Amino acid sequence: MSLSRRILLALAAPVVALVVALAMSSVVLVLSGSNPLEAFADMIGHASRLETMVDILNRATPIYIAGVAVAIGFRMNLFNIGVEGQYLLAALVAAHVGALVDLPGPLRIVFILVVAMAVGAAYSGFAGVLKVTRGISEVISTIMLNAIAITGLIAFLIREWQAGGAIQGGVGRVGTTPIPDSGLIPNMNPVLEFFTREIRQGKQLTGVLVVAILVGIVYHLLVNRTRFGFDLRASGINPFAAQVGGVPAKRMVVSAMVLSGAVAGLVGMTEINQVGFFPANPIKGLGFTGIAAALLGRNHPAGIILAALIFSFLDISSGVLQFTGAASREIVVIMQGVIILAAVVAYEVASRARERQEAKSAAEALGDVKPSEEAA
Amino acid sequence: MRQHLRVLSLLAAAMLVLVACAGGDAVTTTAPTTDTTAAPTDTTETTEATTETTAGATTTSGAVAACDSSVGLVFDIGGRGDQSFNDSAAAGLERAADEMGITFTEASPNDDGSNRAELLQLAADASDIVLAIGFLFEGDAAAVGAENPEVSFAVVDSPMLDFTDNPEGVPYGDNIAGLVFSEEQGSFLVGAAAALKSTTGTIGFIGGVSGVGGLIEKFEAGYQAGAMAVNPDIEILSEYITAAPDFDGFNAPDRAREIALAMYDGGADIVYHAAGGSGAGLFEAASVASDTSGSKVWAIGVDSDQYNTADPAVQEFILTSMLKRVDVAVFEAIRAQCEGTFTAGPTAYDLSVDGVGYSTSGGFVDDITDQLEDFKAQIVSGDIVVPTEPS
Repeated sequence: MSLSRRILLALAAPVVALVVALAMSSVVLVLSGSNPLEAFADMIGHASRLETMVDILNRATPIYIAGVAVAIGFRMNLFNIGVEGQYLLAALVAAHVGALVDLPGPLRIVFILVVAMAVGAAYSGFAGVLKVTRGISEVISTIMLNAIAITGLIAFLIREWQAGGAIQGGVGRVGTTPIPDSGLIPNMNPVLEFFTREIRQGKQLTGVLVVAILVGIVYHLLVNRTRFGFDLRASGINPFAAQVGGVPAKRMVVSAMVLSGAVAGLVGMTEINQVGFFPANPIKGLGFTGIAAALLGRNHPAGIILAALIFSFLDISSGVLQFTGAASREIVVIMQGVIILAAVVAYEVASRARERQEAKSAAEALGDVKPSEEAA
Repeated sequence: MRQHLRVLSLLAAAMLVLVACAGGDAVTTTAPTTDTTAAPTDTTETTEATTETTAGATTTSGAVAACDSSVGLVFDIGGRGDQSFNDSAAAGLERAADEMGITFTEASPNDDGSNRAELLQLAADASDIVLAIGFLFEGDAAAVGAENPEVSFAVVDSPMLDFTDNPEGVPYGDNIAGLVFSEEQGSFLVGAAAALKSTTGTIGFIGGVSGVGGLIEKFEAGYQAGAMAVNPDIEILSEYITAAPDFDGFNAPDRAREIALAMYDGGADIVYHAAGGSGAGLFEAASVASDTSGSKVWAIGVDSDQYNTADPAVQEFILTSMLKRVDVAVFEAIRAQCEGTFTAGPTAYDLSVDGVGYSTSGGFVDDITDQLEDFKAQIVSGDIVVPTEPS
């Protein structure tokens, strides 16, 4: 199979998924008495404003990091559903410890990131250890660890660590002790403004975007350019063959979970750096959106970027629908669901098509089996 | 290949679960929309039925002049249809539209609340005054308000004061107001009502979410104080459904039901809830417990007059409701904007202006109204100071 054909097949699936999602959403919109063209035009028009783009990037940043965290596990058939609990716990501990230590600005920033990664890694690694020593499926253990983290550990710790002074500032600002401004990653407005124009409405492009880009690059290099990455992929494609080939299976499971958790620990950094502390009402659900992003992006570092941007675009631009009245905001939830469903189906169809192609070309190369016989 | 398929089928199955979850959300959020035709009627009834207890607020309204202001209202998560907090705000908004002819837009945040700031900004783009329903808007409203000085902002349940440089607190901006309620005072009265009506000497309290800066604890504190004022030996069972950061407690009727049943089993004959949408579970539990035990137990509602908003089948078990007149606060904020009297900082809605109170629908507390009115007078005059933290 030629390279161009291969690329075409790889791209066809997500494009088909998007088109199907658009078509189905349009049907739903027409049935509910709205004009789909008007609704999509409103969303795109809103999203084309610089300020909205900043919002979209700010939302896409944590989704992307969560997507990479999930993808690391997916690469070797590990289903880390625990990103949700890992990032919330990591963000809470990092914000609390980060506010208490006395370090000069840049060092504090690094310290907070390292603590977040360590907490995420430890919490996720725990599920990995349970899997290799006790044979507990990581799907089950991470789901349960989510519950323990959110309704147990965090609920307890946030009360212990609540900043006394901030409480009287109004219940909406309850959280851990604020981190000094010097310990927060500066926003990237100057960079964006250099290329565009002044950003209004007080919107700030999160500096965590840089962290997300670094995470993507490291993920790409690790998986595709290192021995570890090869072992990871080999274990994912065929664990038994990999084990026979000398890959230590148990160590790979724990390493993959630890790495996945370390990246997961960074998901909450966007919010911490935006509000300056861990709030009692943090943004939740990013771990699950990350699973969807990894799936839609095919675990590919660039694919997940696209997926994160699509989900973020839908989340952010849906707000305008409530003001223009072109459609109900729930249409966006339907679209997100349909995209995921369509992606799963499209990828399966594409992968079957590719296998048929490969079988065909292999048969042609060997010349002793006719394609029709092979297919039968 | 088989491995590959297995992974894919696992993912597909997981995604189906996720999609199902997303679908569920869509259903729960769409369901209220179908209710909207019913909800306003319910809340109008509420307003009529409670004119007695809120006479003050109603008279201060007086005649209102027509107004061409545009209003943008952003609901708390869940939006319209919660038969409680959001619906009360919607009632105030619609009353303003009816009586003053204002134009309005309304919006609800995503299920994870991640787009609050964007919605406030969109509302500010289209309105003269933006109303944010719920304390979770505090940070975002302060930030968006600072960027839109020509638009007024009012946030329900937050004083909107900045304490960073001044321990007394200063308003976040000249255009930013907070609408706060003395829930502990209203809770005191329903606590007193519970103690007066209880035959077992045990009553209960169910809070939605604990650890949110003491917001729900205020209800508990007032309820305790009111009950103890009547009967110092009364036993008060108290439980919260969830703790922050888990906010499910405001919308978990099933869990409220279990907690309430356990309380009724434990000898409580009156249970008060401050748990928003979870209250439906309490009312159901009261009905079930009354049926099984043969002796009638009561529930006490919150925010709206829940005798009128709850399922008619459980009406007879709702002794009274602690009224929190979000509708009045919303209406008054819009009126102040129209009349040019909008003031920054907190506006208190307490017993003295009937911002909080108790409902009399159903006539179940008619025999103790005199005692309750007496307590009310003592609180208004300052003879009784209701604590804001549970003992």
